[in-house]
Amino acid sequence: MVATLIGVTRDWDLAEECAQDAFVKALEHWGREGVPRNPGAWLTTTARNRAIDQLRRATAGATKEREATEGTLAAMEQAEPTSEVEEGAPIEDDRLRLMFTCCHPALSAEAQVALTLRTLAGLTTAEIARAFLVPEAAMAQRLVRAKRKIREAGIPYRVPPPDALAERTSAVLGVLYLLFNEGYSASSGALVRHDLCDEAIRLGRLLVQLTKGEREAVGLLSLLLLQHSRRVTRLDTAGALVLLEDQDRTAWDRFAIAEGLGLIQSMPPREPAGPYELQAAIAACHAEARTAEATDWPRIAGLYGELARVVPSPVVELNRAVAVAMADGPAVGLRLVEQLQETGALAGYHLLPATRADLLRRLDRRKEAAEAYREALALAPTAAEREFLTARLVQSLAG
Amino acid sequence: MRYIMLICNDEVAWEKTPDDVRAANTAEYETFMGEMGGRNVLQGGERLRPVADATTVRVRDGKVVTVDGPFAETKEQIGGYFVVDCKDLDEAIEIAGKIPGARDGSIEVRPIWEM
Repeated sequence: MVATLIGVTRDWDLAEECAQDAFVKALEHWGREGVPRNPGAWLTTTARNRAIDQLRRATAGATKEREATEGTLAAMEQAEPTSEVEEGAPIEDDRLRLMFTCCHPALSAEAQVALTLRTLAGLTTAEIARAFLVPEAAMAQRLVRAKRKIREAGIPYRVPPPDALAERTSAVLGVLYLLFNEGYSASSGALVRHDLCDEAIRLGRLLVQLTKGEREAVGLLSLLLLQHSRRVTRLDTAGALVLLEDQDRTAWDRFAIAEGLGLIQSMPPREPAGPYELQAAIAACHAEARTAEATDWPRIAGLYGELARVVPSPVVELNRAVAVAMADGPAVGLRLVEQLQETGALAGYHLLPATRADLLRRLDRRKEAAEAYREALALAPTAAEREFLTARLVQSLAG
Repeated sequence: MRYIMLICNDEVAWEKTPDDVRAANTAEYETFMGEMGGRNVLQGGERLRPVADATTVRVRDGKVVTVDGPFAETKEQIGGYFVVDCKDLDEAIEIAGKIPGARDGSIEVRPIWEM
């Protein structure tokens, strides 16, 4: 509904305010008269009428923006009343437009995520502030600035034209992935926030539907579902991190896996594959392995190699090193990790020394392993990860 | 909406540019302006003399203080600008991407504060 109102009024604050008013009115009205036949349309019409009222009042006031406001009013009054328009299609188009506007590359990445959560996921400013560990006032300020930029810089409210669609879609995918990751490994504090993960998946589904199965959108949704399928096994009852190899695979969400595999397998292979498609293929390898030993590590190492060609990144290289270590032995993997370390690209990233430590441990080089665990421990951002590393450090010292 | 496009590039590098490359660059700007003229979006634009010819003026305690050169030392300087009137930021970004200076420098796109 907010999406529809923004579409008509072009005023984000007004749209939110009127939507809230409509809900309040609904509570009073429906309590007296009963719930109308089409509650969604009732709400949208009420909110829309409220917006027209507000805009009229604004026109009576300041002369400065009179022209613009009058233009909007005229457009609103000409537009078909939403209650008489069929539910469904136009509203979904509004949501897609809103998604592209929230994820416009002229907005900062933080602003993109915050706006998406506020306007599409309907989270409160306080909830978003908590998710990103910033004071509520700071988050409110960030949202105000972002909305102002949309208005003042003339960021359009529409689905981009075909020539820009691929690039813009990738921005939307990036925001959804960031949102999911924020829930999957919240920067600190609680390790998993399922609500953010659920929201990312919901929006991912919507994007797949609205873009009529754009490959990378399908790849991302598949990836999210496959990762999410392991949500209950990632932590033990005490809240400590459980490695993939130690997880109880019978507790993985079979429905999420079936859907994720179905999505990725529904697409005919294409060269070169997109980054989300490749990551989904990697996640699929894990999901398909009935036991940790049955994992097809050579294939995973190959997929990481492909991913590194499509999106060169030291984090991808680190993951490739882990896969190579599983496929060809820890000594081969360790060489790759050490090469990566020499580039200095991952300085300060705790998973670099943590990976080195694990490979040294498997090579039975305990003293060096202990040292690397200490290094990782000093950098690890979450309590669960620190606990895990401490346990491993103690083990390596005990031997 | 109206936007100003500030063309920022490295003056020092430009001074070392051979004549034929400069001529090609000028031709590219002509092509750009021809295209924008045809689209009727250009409202103005100028090339600026180098910062060596610039003077910075401030008023402090009621006195006019004048110094040589630009206020800030940065690697890139504003070498010119265009004012365009176009539909929205997407169109402005598309236009900015066609300014030849975008390839070796950068274009700052700012909405004009309409009074």
